[in-house]
Amino acid sequence: MSSKAAVAKTRIKNRIKDIVKNPYHMIILLSLISLFLLIVLPMIFMVKNTFVLSANELRRVSGKEVGDFTLYYWQYLLASKLSAAHLITPFKHSLTIAFFVTVLAVPLGFGLAWLMVRSDLPGKKWLTIGIMIPYMIPSWCKSMAWLAVFRNGRGGAPGFLAGLGINVPDWLAYGPTAIILCMVLHYYAFTYIMVSGALRSVNSELEEMAEIQGAKKMDILKQITMPMVMPAVLSSAIMTFSKAIGSYGVAANLGLRISYYTLATKMHDFIGTGSAQVGYCMAILLITLASGTIIANQIFIGTRKSYETIGGKGYRSTSIRLGKSKYSIMTVLGIFLFVAMIVPLFILLMETFQVNTGRGYGLDNLTLYNWIGRLEDASGMINYAGIFRNEAFFKALYNTVKLTIIGSVITAFCGQLLGYICSRGRGKWYGNLVEQLIFLPYLMPAVAFSAIYLSMFSRSYGPIPSLYGTFTIILLATVVKHIPFASRSGTANMLQIGKSLEEAADVAGSGFVRRMTKIVIPLAKNGFLSGFLLVFISIAKELDLIILFMTPSNNTLSYLAFEYSKEVLPQMADAISVIVLAFVLVTYLTASKITGTDLSKSWG
Amino acid sequence: MSRIELAHINKHYGSNHVLKDINLTIEDGDFMTLLGPSGCGKTTTLRVIAGLERPESGRLLIDGEEKINSETAFYSEPSERNLNLVFQSYALWPHLTVFENVAFGLKIKKLNSMAITKHVTHALERMHIGELAKRYPNELSGGQQQRVAIARAIAYSPQLLLLDEPLSNLDAKLRMDMRVELKRLHQELGTTIVYVTHDQVEALTMSTKIAVFSKGCITQLATPKELYMNPVNLVNADFIGNPRINFIEAMGKKIKDGIRIACSLGDYEFDREAFTDEIPVEKDFACIIGIRPEQITIAEAQGETLIPAIVDTNQFAGSETLITVKIGEESLMIKEIGMERYRVGQTVYLEIKPERCNVYAKASGQLIKCAGQ
Repeated sequence: MSSKAAVAKTRIKNRIKDIVKNPYHMIILLSLISLFLLIVLPMIFMVKNTFVLSANELRRVSGKEVGDFTLYYWQYLLASKLSAAHLITPFKHSLTIAFFVTVLAVPLGFGLAWLMVRSDLPGKKWLTIGIMIPYMIPSWCKSMAWLAVFRNGRGGAPGFLAGLGINVPDWLAYGPTAIILCMVLHYYAFTYIMVSGALRSVNSELEEMAEIQGAKKMDILKQITMPMVMPAVLSSAIMTFSKAIGSYGVAANLGLRISYYTLATKMHDFIGTGSAQVGYCMAILLITLASGTIIANQIFIGTRKSYETIGGKGYRSTSIRLGKSKYSIMTVLGIFLFVAMIVPLFILLMETFQVNTGRGYGLDNLTLYNWIGRLEDASGMINYAGIFRNEAFFKALYNTVKLTIIGSVITAFCGQLLGYICSRGRGKWYGNLVEQLIFLPYLMPAVAFSAIYLSMFSRSYGPIPSLYGTFTIILLATVVKHIPFASRSGTANMLQIGKSLEEAADVAGSGFVRRMTKIVIPLAKNGFLSGFLLVFISIAKELDLIILFMTPSNNTLSYLAFEYSKEVLPQMADAISVIVLAFVLVTYLTASKITGTDLSKSWG
Repeated sequence: MSRIELAHINKHYGSNHVLKDINLTIEDGDFMTLLGPSGCGKTTTLRVIAGLERPESGRLLIDGEEKINSETAFYSEPSERNLNLVFQSYALWPHLTVFENVAFGLKIKKLNSMAITKHVTHALERMHIGELAKRYPNELSGGQQQRVAIARAIAYSPQLLLLDEPLSNLDAKLRMDMRVELKRLHQELGTTIVYVTHDQVEALTMSTKIAVFSKGCITQLATPKELYMNPVNLVNADFIGNPRINFIEAMGKKIKDGIRIACSLGDYEFDREAFTDEIPVEKDFACIIGIRPEQITIAEAQGETLIPAIVDTNQFAGSETLITVKIGEESLMIKEIGMERYRVGQTVYLEIKPERCNVYAKASGQLIKCAGQ
């Protein structure tokens, strides 16, 4: 053997030894494999499935067998007589909703952010709470509250306004207007969070410098402040658009009653009752649309996403005086928040105590039946027991708690691990790859993401059985969908632990395991807890993601509420919404008390 | 005590070639300073020695033992190199007390608790911070944290101590104290020290040898005195020395038995032997004369070899005075010990010893004439 060959052999041996012996490398390898199996592969599968003929459509395509290559599904969706009804109209609806939500929510969020951060508005503390609470309320709960206020006589359970004798037209109670307004009241928070963060990072000295140079207040706002927060405004507009276009819960709850379909609800319809493959085609379109906007944003304005403001020295932030108008602004804002946030929630809560909705709050119309009534005491048409006597409720509660706890433990743990890889692998190929892979689920609308999993796991692969209808598939989808969020918090957490702290331990002779247990984990503990709680809340209120996986045995609370609402049992739906709301709020408050976590971080 | 040999080390960050064929031998007991501006590769070199970076090519020997061999993809772990490191950020573990920070490595080495206590106490006392043992890092001042970081590094008397800009986060006075402290430590421990800094004063005061880095290459390896007297090129000459060296444009001409250099200060003739091999091949060539500010003396009375000049500015700096003078268009910086004595606009007379000057070829920037003693 020549010496060259010997060198090459030792080289390969050392390489392999290095990878196998080092737990860090093994973790990276395993993470990459898992991410590939759980994110990339299912996507490839779904795309492939849309080209493969399934048994249901066998009769419609002549001369082919099950499993053959076919363009039937795409043709059916894109170029058939039904395209207009199945694709074009829902597509227009989705675009309309996304467009108006963006146009309304972004200025609202921006205005609120500016007032709260930069102005001397009185009563900021209370107003901020009023602005923050809607973050915590899941969007589908908002649609429940909307129905509680605006529901007209359709289906036999009038809402608050109808009960006052006001004839609420269909176009206001249901459909695009309702959907858009509900979403605006949800998604404005995106802009609010991003812009107020950007505004806070604008050093007052930059503005003061402009003032010294002789610029007027408006000029400073226009030429200094606005350009500096513009990237944040643009990104929030893109995010809002992308989220609104793929949102399911609100659009379904407020649109389906009058057969107003969006891409997301139509897709759900196809997968549930029509041709699943066509539904998958729609899911692909939806993903392309939603992620396309975000990716385009990153390509075109990504490089100047945020301005690095020079840190280090503490800087002051002086507020801008509003003058006399500040009290009237405060009043208007207070009334707006009260009417838009507090009143609907109050009406939602009160409905749970009403015998008949829309009949006012007289003593004869108030009852605890919806909470604790027994079926044998039921009056009239009611054939459900109050939720605390209702087996379906306890089952859903159990499922929700189980999913939330197991899901958030796994997600938070994976998030920290992936965060560790991302933070330590910054600028290295594997760090970048992991970062990009875990970003993928974030780009996809939740309902389309679950379609991917449904498409992949609703059949068996050798020893792996079909997961359809199991807890496992819900758990898998939940974990993977929340991983971007968890690992972002994990990365931030790990970045706080300076690399040199580990290197110092390394030099001192500690191996990977010891470094983890003695240095990283003790320091990461707090970050882990807050990351865990944020994921916990997010999973507890999830609806869009799990709706496709629901079977009678694995209902969750959010799904049960949604079902009751569909069956026009508003009191039951509301009672469950109240429970979820209370659960989320209490967790938030505990979380911020215990860990000092910023509430705004868990919104999505 | 360690002898370190780096051979043909190359390192890339993406497409950025940060270390370009680094060859460096650090002798046993040396205080070797890696000096250079930021981004020149000095910290990367230190991290290669420590085992925190893996170069794509090259070899590293510590005491003759192979620690890196890129050909066989062999990279030994940092812990197998018997060295210790002080980070610029100190890297004190915030969740451990001072004592626990220093004891960490000793516990890994499985020393018994008696020995650990002895070593830790000794190290803390050596750094005069024995009373801080129970505190947490965030309860310490910057200077105290610095001492803890060093105490942690020397607790188990490593063969090799690596320091990465350890003084850059301290204020000027503390930095001065720590320089003395580090020099004392080096003499006491006899350990080989590799010290990274961009501060030439630190390099000149503490080192036994200095390696000057520029854009990923070592441009000069010399003792502090040699480096100061004869920087090998214009970049190093400009970088070393505060106040900066004076550069004067000149023309060189090869004459019968020597070289004549003509500049605005006059003509100088030198022997052939005074010149290095870097001398340009042409008969006439452009060159640059380098004169340190303290090598020029000022006389107020006219003299035969003296050069008249006009005082331009006058900066009083305590123990010394910095004077700029003009000779025609040429501006020169002069450093005099003591208080100022000159008016702006006054005519003074300069004495320059040509043998003390450096001469550089203008085209290559390389030193062609060394300064004599």
